[in-house]
Amino acid sequence: MSAPTLDRPTDEAALQRQFEATIAADRRVEPRDWMPEGYRRTLIRQIAQHAHSEIIGMQPEGDWLLAAPSLRRKAILLAKVQDEAGHGMYLYSAAETLGADRADLTDKLIEKKQKYSSIFNYPTLTYADVGVIGWLVDGAAICNQVPLCRSSYGPYARAMIRVCKEESFHQRQGYELLMTMMRGTPEQRAMVQDAVDRWWWPSLMMFGPPDDDSPNSAQSMAWGIKRHSNDELRQRYVDMTVPQAEFLGVTLPDPELRLDPDTGRHRFGAIDWSEFKAVLAGNGPCNDERIARRRAARDDNAWVTEAATAYAEKHAGAVA
Amino acid sequence: MVGHQETVYDALDHAHGGEGHWAFGTGFDEPLAGVDTTVPDGVDATDLGSYCLMLGDDALVLAQRLTQWVTAAPELEEEVAVANTALDLLGQARLLLARAGSVGVLGRSRTLATESVPDEDALAYFRDPDEFRSTGLVEADNGDFGQTMARLLVAATVRLAVFARLRESRDPVLAAIAAKGVHELAYHRDHAARWVLRLGDGTPESHRRVQAGVDAVWPHLAELFTATDVERRLVAAGVAVDPADVRDEVREVLTTVLDRATLRVREWPADTPPRGRLGEHGPELTELLGTLQGLARQHPAATW
Amino acid sequence: MSTDVTAEGGHGAVPTGPEVPTTPAPSVSRRDWPLYEVFVRGKRGLNHVHVGSLHAPDDEMAVHAARDVYTRRNEGVSIWVVKAADITASSPDEKDPMFAPSGDKVYRHPTFYEIPENVPHM
Repeated sequence: MSAPTLDRPTDEAALQRQFEATIAADRRVEPRDWMPEGYRRTLIRQIAQHAHSEIIGMQPEGDWLLAAPSLRRKAILLAKVQDEAGHGMYLYSAAETLGADRADLTDKLIEKKQKYSSIFNYPTLTYADVGVIGWLVDGAAICNQVPLCRSSYGPYARAMIRVCKEESFHQRQGYELLMTMMRGTPEQRAMVQDAVDRWWWPSLMMFGPPDDDSPNSAQSMAWGIKRHSNDELRQRYVDMTVPQAEFLGVTLPDPELRLDPDTGRHRFGAIDWSEFKAVLAGNGPCNDERIARRRAARDDNAWVTEAATAYAEKHAGAVA
Repeated sequence: MVGHQETVYDALDHAHGGEGHWAFGTGFDEPLAGVDTTVPDGVDATDLGSYCLMLGDDALVLAQRLTQWVTAAPELEEEVAVANTALDLLGQARLLLARAGSVGVLGRSRTLATESVPDEDALAYFRDPDEFRSTGLVEADNGDFGQTMARLLVAATVRLAVFARLRESRDPVLAAIAAKGVHELAYHRDHAARWVLRLGDGTPESHRRVQAGVDAVWPHLAELFTATDVERRLVAAGVAVDPADVRDEVREVLTTVLDRATLRVREWPADTPPRGRLGEHGPELTELLGTLQGLARQHPAATW
Repeated sequence: MSTDVTAEGGHGAVPTGPEVPTTPAPSVSRRDWPLYEVFVRGKRGLNHVHVGSLHAPDDEMAVHAARDVYTRRNEGVSIWVVKAADITASSPDEKDPMFAPSGDKVYRHPTFYEIPENVPHM
């Protein structure tokens, strides 16, 4: 693959040193730079799953698009779901700079060879879920994503800056919906509490297994692909969210949750990782439904994609 | 009059521009906040409101149909485009329904919706199908992507022709809504036309499918060009557009696009009474409204 | 947990261990739309800046999709699109070993593949 040439630096070790120096100096790696194969593959995996998560993530909330209870809420939700399609596109773009191909990545998603975040395998049972996804799920995503704006890989970092800006809209609209519902009828308040009860633990699981159970994290940290450990991010999320819950007037469903006066940080109960593993393994409530929808979008519309290609070929050279 | 119009335009423009990158209508203000909604002299307020419902319901129903494509569209680029179109139409619907509400045309909706529900939502969520004024063209099921684009082509072409003329309306609110809408509708029409062209002149399969789509949409042209009594009175008052006046322009645009797309142009259907405008609808609208209104009606006292 | 699960990279922990395939499979029956690079001038007085890419069947569809995706239809801006395959990149600078084209072909857009692959052991 990296066959030597006469007039180029050919010493793999020298390239490796240069790459490491770039990382060490916190400079960005760009698409045409030499990079270790492991770095490239790790990035493709991470960016692809992130892109898949954005695209699949359109569905849980998308299920309420047609039934949103006011026209303003419908417009907000539509703009948000549309943003997610845009985020998916920015991210697939970044993956494509690494030699991946979007159609191929989509195939791998549909064939379940690449995963997406398991949070999107839970159903959205009431309209409060739309708000809670914005507040908790997007809030957790922001904790995960802000550090990625400093990712060592340039195209990924740039895509993330754009994504993060838009995500903050998402979180705020979610929280604002919940505040409105909490000021509404008793049924609405009950809906919000019920949604919080269902989404709190899954949102904590979004940060992944505890650090001592994440074997390859160290390499990703060294490469500047991962910036903080799973537990660190989870703690930051809990500390950020607890006061928001108090302000909202909802109870987070964890009797062990309390502020540790010595550290100023919140202690919380043990997470049930068996549920996480089951959902990840494809046994979540909505895994099959989510994938089936992507498959239908691809297969039912293949004739459209092909027709546009055929038209372009017929009219190649003509004035566009 | 010019001064007043400028205020209306500014207010609409501000509503659009104040939201950062996000779409029109996702802010906190009601659609016509800050707009002078006085009815011009010599115009019947009930007629004006009824006319706004006709134009608003078409936009609302078509936005709902297009939204059905979100998470199901061909390619992500089209996902974004179809959502943009739906958002534009939803924005038009909100302005028009709010305009109807501002002149007191709320039908039976106010007996069902509580006081906290804004007019636009009372009208969208608490009217029964027989109170809707949309046409069969926008109510019909989507069909496949080809049929959806064929319908969008027809609907956007008709609406653009009407809105272009409506910019001269004596109702400054309607004129401002139309002026904002023409840019959006030109974009929708051209987007649909680009697709009809590519599908018509693409593969044998796409040609067959989009031809079937055009053929399915075509009969809906029949009821689009006959004015109701409300429209006739408002045309005389300088407020509304006579749909008969746009027929030739629509026919020319559609014929040009279909010809270029190598598609057969069927015989133009004879005019029929404007059933949808009079509140007569098929089961598609009832089903569509069931989904749209279900949650809001379950919680009539709720605020969202 | 047997595999590595990373939280960073979006909406939650997902396996990113070596068992997840990354090598593109050869495209089967579908004919994929080409990749376009998108450049946007946000306002007068500024250069066009690369903002990302998209897939479109032809130039006309590409420029409209770019407007939809990257500007959310902001009328004031100017957009350029160009097929990624039509971009010629500068010659690599020998002094900068970070820029080593002999080893980089897999790191580029797939549409760049064709050229280097036709040149044996370049």
